[in-house]
Amino acid sequence: MSTRQVRLTINGREYSGEVEPRKLLTDFLRDDLGLTGTHVGCEHGVCGACTVLFNGEPVRSCLLFAVQANGAELKTVEGIAPNATELHPLQEKFWELHGLQCGFCTPGILLTAEALLKEIPNPSEAEVREWLSGNLCRCTGYQNIVTAIQEAAKTLSERRT
Amino acid sequence: MKPAKFDYHDPTSIEEALGLMAQFGDQARPLAGGQSLVPLMNFRLIRPAHLIDLNGVSELSYLRADDAALRIGATTRQRELERSPEVAKRWPLLRDAAAFIGHIQIRNRGTVGGSLAHAFPSAELPVAMVTLDASMVLCAKTTRRSVSAEDFFLSYMTTALQPDELLLEIAVTALPGNAGWSYQEVSRRHGDFALAGAAAVLALDANGCIHHARLTLTGTTPMRVRKVEESLLGERPSEALFRDAAQRAIENLEQDSDIHASAEYRRDACAALARRALAQAAVRAVEQMKGTSQ
Repeated sequence: MSTRQVRLTINGREYSGEVEPRKLLTDFLRDDLGLTGTHVGCEHGVCGACTVLFNGEPVRSCLLFAVQANGAELKTVEGIAPNATELHPLQEKFWELHGLQCGFCTPGILLTAEALLKEIPNPSEAEVREWLSGNLCRCTGYQNIVTAIQEAAKTLSERRT
Repeated sequence: MKPAKFDYHDPTSIEEALGLMAQFGDQARPLAGGQSLVPLMNFRLIRPAHLIDLNGVSELSYLRADDAALRIGATTRQRELERSPEVAKRWPLLRDAAAFIGHIQIRNRGTVGGSLAHAFPSAELPVAMVTLDASMVLCAKTTRRSVSAEDFFLSYMTTALQPDELLLEIAVTALPGNAGWSYQEVSRRHGDFALAGAAAVLALDANGCIHHARLTLTGTTPMRVRKVEESLLGERPSEALFRDAAQRAIENLEQDSDIHASAEYRRDACAALARRALAQAAVRAVEQMKGTSQ
């Protein structure tokens, strides 16, 4: 069985591993590197639970092979908070405004939302829903997720001024 | 492990990629964005022995526009097509079609060439490319040929690509001046696979009569309805004209039934979308003539 060496940066830290080419990036993150914040949902690109930022852009990690991430810069949910004691404004608002119930879809949604707020600092409700369309949540009905993202946008823009 | 075992190849040039295609032929699959291929592999619906990853072939990813045409490298991401100001300005049909593909996370990875080579019946870019008379550059190690989009799509998930060929580039010529366009689609939820779709381009002459018409519908393969296009030439846009054209457009349209919709529903939906697409394209053509459209 031939394996490949993968070196990449995740949340600002260097990681490496030996993988079979068929190993999905999701499984590499969770099983090999112990970064279990990235969730495995449908494993065929529909649910968005496994969304990570790949060179800054939200993508499905279940539709990438780990070998393809060689040299890439990734961000997973473990890297969203600024430090061990503080939460990211998105996380705070999700907590405060009930933006999650079971929490299974939350990591993917937080990363999608972070990318959204980088691109559109004050998104309209329609824009938030457009970006969220690739992340399925079966608990909340999305309303509080949308509100939390828009409130986090306000916090972030207040901080910038 | 979800997918079956395969040998992984990561060429860094077109030449190297074509060499691998020549060597492994029908046992190989080229991997572009992987947004359709990898789900099929995860389900083990396909088990290619060799995977040739084109993501390291940087010379395959580009958008180049000049006065005559837009050239799209096969591995250009769909999101790039969607966000290009040049595409929005001169080929807005492509931007509008791209925005219907899956979700942002999918379009960040999915490629233009990948969607075309996959040739899924409900896919947006094949319909748009047929409407725009695009030509596809297909290359093998020792051959290079150009095929029109209409001749490229043969049937359900079947294209003119030979086992050792790669789709390298898509060329789209400039639209006639003041052309209006429209891409219409019905799906259960935004981002789902389309149940039906239609694309239209219309341009009007100084008297307000149609002098350029393109209409394509989704079916088992994209269907351009030339007879209907020809019948529109010289006519003035009207609701009655487009209603009649849309009904005639679906006469020979092949559709399949599945769990999501019957063939009959899809045909009916295509007729409604064809009418809306023609009407919106006509409105935009008028706006373009007045110079008010963005």
